[in-house]
Formats: sequence, structure tokens, C-alpha cells
Amino acid sequence: MSYFHSVTLDKDRCRGCTNCIKRCPTEAIRVRDGKAMIINERCIDCGECIRVCPYHAKLAVTDSLDTMKNFKYKIALPAPSLYGQFRDLTINQILSALLDIGFDEVFEVAYAAEIVSKFTREALAKGNLKKPVISSACPAVVRFVQIKFPSLIDNLLDICSPMDTAAILAKKEAIKKTGLKQEEIGVFFISPCAAKVTSVKNPIGIEKSKIDGVFSMKEIYGLIIEKAKTTVVRDLSKASMIGVGWANSGGEAFGTFTENSIYVDGIHNVGDVLEEIELGKLNDLDFFEGLACIGGCIGGPLAVENNFVAKNRIRKLTEKLPKREEPLFDEKEIDFGEVKWKKKIEKSEVMKLDKDISKALEMMKQIDTQYKALPGLDCGSCGSPTCRALAEDIMKGYATEYDCIFILKDKIKNLAQELNDLAGKIPPVLSEGKE
Amino acid sequence: MGLLVEVVNEMVLYSLDFDVKARDFDSAGEVSSNLRSVLKQLSLNPDVVRRSCIACYEAEMNIIIHSYGGHMEIEIFGDKIRITAEDTGPGIEDIELAMKEGYSTAPEEIREMGFGAGMGLPNMKENSDFMDIKSSKNGTTVVMEILFK
Repeated sequence: MSYFHSVTLDKDRCRGCTNCIKRCPTEAIRVRDGKAMIINERCIDCGECIRVCPYHAKLAVTDSLDTMKNFKYKIALPAPSLYGQFRDLTINQILSALLDIGFDEVFEVAYAAEIVSKFTREALAKGNLKKPVISSACPAVVRFVQIKFPSLIDNLLDICSPMDTAAILAKKEAIKKTGLKQEEIGVFFISPCAAKVTSVKNPIGIEKSKIDGVFSMKEIYGLIIEKAKTTVVRDLSKASMIGVGWANSGGEAFGTFTENSIYVDGIHNVGDVLEEIELGKLNDLDFFEGLACIGGCIGGPLAVENNFVAKNRIRKLTEKLPKREEPLFDEKEIDFGEVKWKKKIEKSEVMKLDKDISKALEMMKQIDTQYKALPGLDCGSCGSPTCRALAEDIMKGYATEYDCIFILKDKIKNLAQELNDLAGKIPPVLSEGKE
Repeated sequence: MGLLVEVVNEMVLYSLDFDVKARDFDSAGEVSSNLRSVLKQLSLNPDVVRRSCIACYEAEMNIIIHSYGGHMEIEIFGDKIRITAEDTGPGIEDIELAMKEGYSTAPEEIREMGFGAGMGLPNMKENSDFMDIKSSKNGTTVVMEILFK
């Protein structure tokens, strides 16, 4: 099955260094023939490799702004994190500038986030979900759970993310307002990350996303700054402190109003805590918010501003917003059934060696033997992230033990020694009369 | 044929073993972490993986907290996992009492670290399909099995 990924490689820029392979949380990258190669099925689109690549060879594929032209009525869905990107723009200035870029309407994802917070509180109160309930707002974390923590799939909050909720609401409202057909209305998410792009193409928990395109925050950034200079500021901001708060890590957890919640950012940290959850050590916890990027969505690989600066800005912006606990929305606008997941989340089998247990264990033994022969330095020079991963790659036939420079060096040393020894051995027929 | 299958299933296909040091909280969880990475590569029910890791983790913690040190062996069969945790130490005085949730003999300083809540043995029992404890004044041996249902 071919699986779309937003995170891709620019081969021309890649120098074949080993920075990305060492940081990938699912060991999904190898360097082969001097270039990085992403193992598609393992990639969760967290964007760690985009951040760490010194040559900017890792890209997040987003939709072209031209996609807008295919629709009669265009709606921008700015992620809450967009508000933290600009030095002195207010939320209304940013939203007004978006209209000047060519959108007919803006629908704040932060507003939908408030509604998701409300539904989350209701779901937690009902208590039907396995505890701790794990947030499903970060698609990279959901994929991470599928691949590495399949026993926690049932803990995932089975509600659409604010992005998908916003798309449902925005389309419904626009159909009512304009009388246009669903296909004539284009809904575009302005994203801080690659994982959201992938989650639109390969939806989580739903058959099809209502999003028609995902634009990179980086691409829109310059346009907003330019338009903001001349824009007529309109009063468009309607999201509350809780909704905009989702931009930072902890925002979603705050919106659950449960004291027994924790939030963790950075995909490696998320993995550590998921491990604790799987061991049953955090059973007394009600809610777990895990976000792949440091700082939360404001730390996304497509965000422009430094995440710590942006975090503080979001904090300052939210202080001025209404502090209401319940969202403003009309109950008739959307009901719980519309945002509830319709599709079961499947576990991923990509880490499995073989379907047959005894075959898989036989392979494991071969890997163990191979691993013992490797130096255990995890240097990455072979193009695999660790010695263990190289041992696995060798067993699978994707690499050879001479890809390890230390084994190769040893081999050369022995060969040289042998050559030297041989050179000293002059055949008897030649040594005669040579004096 | 039926018999042959049974014999095949009784064969240890893969094993792991570890020494566990008393009071070595720095390496706490390493055994279960290793077990997890092995099991994740097999086509097993995620619940079997989770239960095996919990049972293994609790046994590992018990050796660290209560014994003078011990040894753990994990054997994987065609149809189950067997975890054997063996230690030298004071042993468990009253096994029945120790199996009660919340009963703990862990010293105060260990409880302050967030361990020794008296859930170790009950968790091991709950997460395994078979469990046997033998204990004397010289040490304890716990054997647990988790079936690949």
C-alpha cells in the first residue's frame, strides 16, 4: 500500500550526513548511496528530521496556493499557532490580512478547539473511555501510538481534531450563507506542521477530511505581513482564551478542566511517557496531552517564529481574550455525533519481523548474533541509526557488515598484514643466486 | 499431529536473561524495556505485549526494592511467554498477605521515591495467566506465564 507522506527528501540538497537518522523516533531513515531514504510506512511525519537537517534537505509537501482557484468560495482555517508568529499584529489584523490575500472568509480553528474542549469534557465525564485518555489532536502522536504503542489505541480520544471540526463547521455555515454546493466551497488549513498535511490525505478516525487543501504557515507568513500594512482591520476574532491556548502545549489539557492531566511535548518525551502509561504506572491520570513538537503546535516545523518567543506571544494574546468556559456556539450548529470518530484506528504492523512467531524469533536470533559482532557505538556512519538497526538491516539483506567502518577497517588491517607477510615470503627459486 | 504441535510449542524459541541488582533504581525498567522491544517485533496481540511488560516490570522492581539481587529469565515459546524472576533475599513472610492490594513491606525511603505502593504482586497476578511464587528465608522465585491468546 502506498502511503502519502508530507515529509519528503530533496535529493539534491541531501549530503548523506547522519543527523536525521539519529533523531528519527521510529528509526524510519537510512542513508544509502550517499542520500537519506525515508521508510514510508514507518514515518509518522513528526518533522524531527526537517528541524535537524543542516542542509534543509527535508521538506514538508503542502498544497500550492493555486488550489484555491478550483473553488468559488474560499475559507481560510488558521491554526491557533499562526497568531504567535507576528511581532506586532493583533489577531484581527492577521485575520483581516487573510481576507485580503484572497479568502472570502476566515474560520478560526481556535474557535473549533473550544468546541472540541467542550466535547472532550463531556466524553471524560461520561467515563466510557479507557484511562488515561490520550489526546488525538496531534496526528504524529496518533501514528506513533499505532506503530509503537498499539495497546494504547483504545485510550485515544475518539473525537475529530479542531482542524477537522473547524472544516465541518465552516462548510456547513458557508453552504447556508452562500447557497453554494459543498464542492464549490474550498476549506484551507494554514498549518504549522507536516503531520496535518498527511492527516488530511490519510484521515484519522474518519473516512474523508473536509479540508480541501493545507497551506504552509511559512508560505502564508510573508503575504500576511505584506497585506497587514494596508488592511482595513475588521472584528473577526471570536475564539476565547481556551481556544487560542491550544497553540501552546498544555492548552488542550487546560481546556479539559481536569486537575489530573499532564501535557508532554517533543516526540521523544512523548514516547517516554507513553511507555509509562503502557506499564500502567499512570492509571490514576485522567487526560494525557502529547504533542510531537517542543512547545506544542507553535514549535511546528512550518512555523516561522522561534517557538519560545511565539509561546510567550500566545500567552500575552490570550490574556486579552474572553475567559469564558463554555463555547459561544449554537448547539444546533454541530452535535457530538458529527465529530465523533467513525472509523476504528488500526494498529500498524511495520515493526514486525514476520507474521509467524517462530520465524520472527529465528530472525531475532540472527540479529542478536550479528549485533554482538558490531562495535556497539551507534555512530550511524553505516547509514543505519544504531548498531542494532544495522544488524536488522543486514539480516533483511538491506546492508552488509562491511557497511560498518570499524569492521571494514579491521578487515583492511588484517588484509594489509597478510599482504605484508606474503611479501616477505620469497619463493626458493627466486632467492637462489640473487645475492 | 496434535501431539507434535504440543511438543513444538513447548520448545523455547528465544530467551533473554538479565542480572538485576538490589537498589539499582538507575536501571529500573531496563528488563521490561528490552522485553518490549523484542515483543514489538512479533505479531502478537498488543494486549499480550502490554501485560507481559507490566508483569516483567513489577517483578524487576520487586528484586530491586526487596532483595539482595537476582536474576531474570524470559523465555518465549510458540504460544506463551514465561518470565522467571529469582532472587536471594529475606523472602516473603506471608505470601497471601503480600498478594493483597496495598500491602507493602517497602521501607519508608523507597515509598518516598514513589515505589512500594503494594501493587506489585497483585499486578503480576492480574496480568499473567499463570503465576507461581516460592519463597523461603533465602530468597524468592516467581514464575509467570502469559498466553498468546
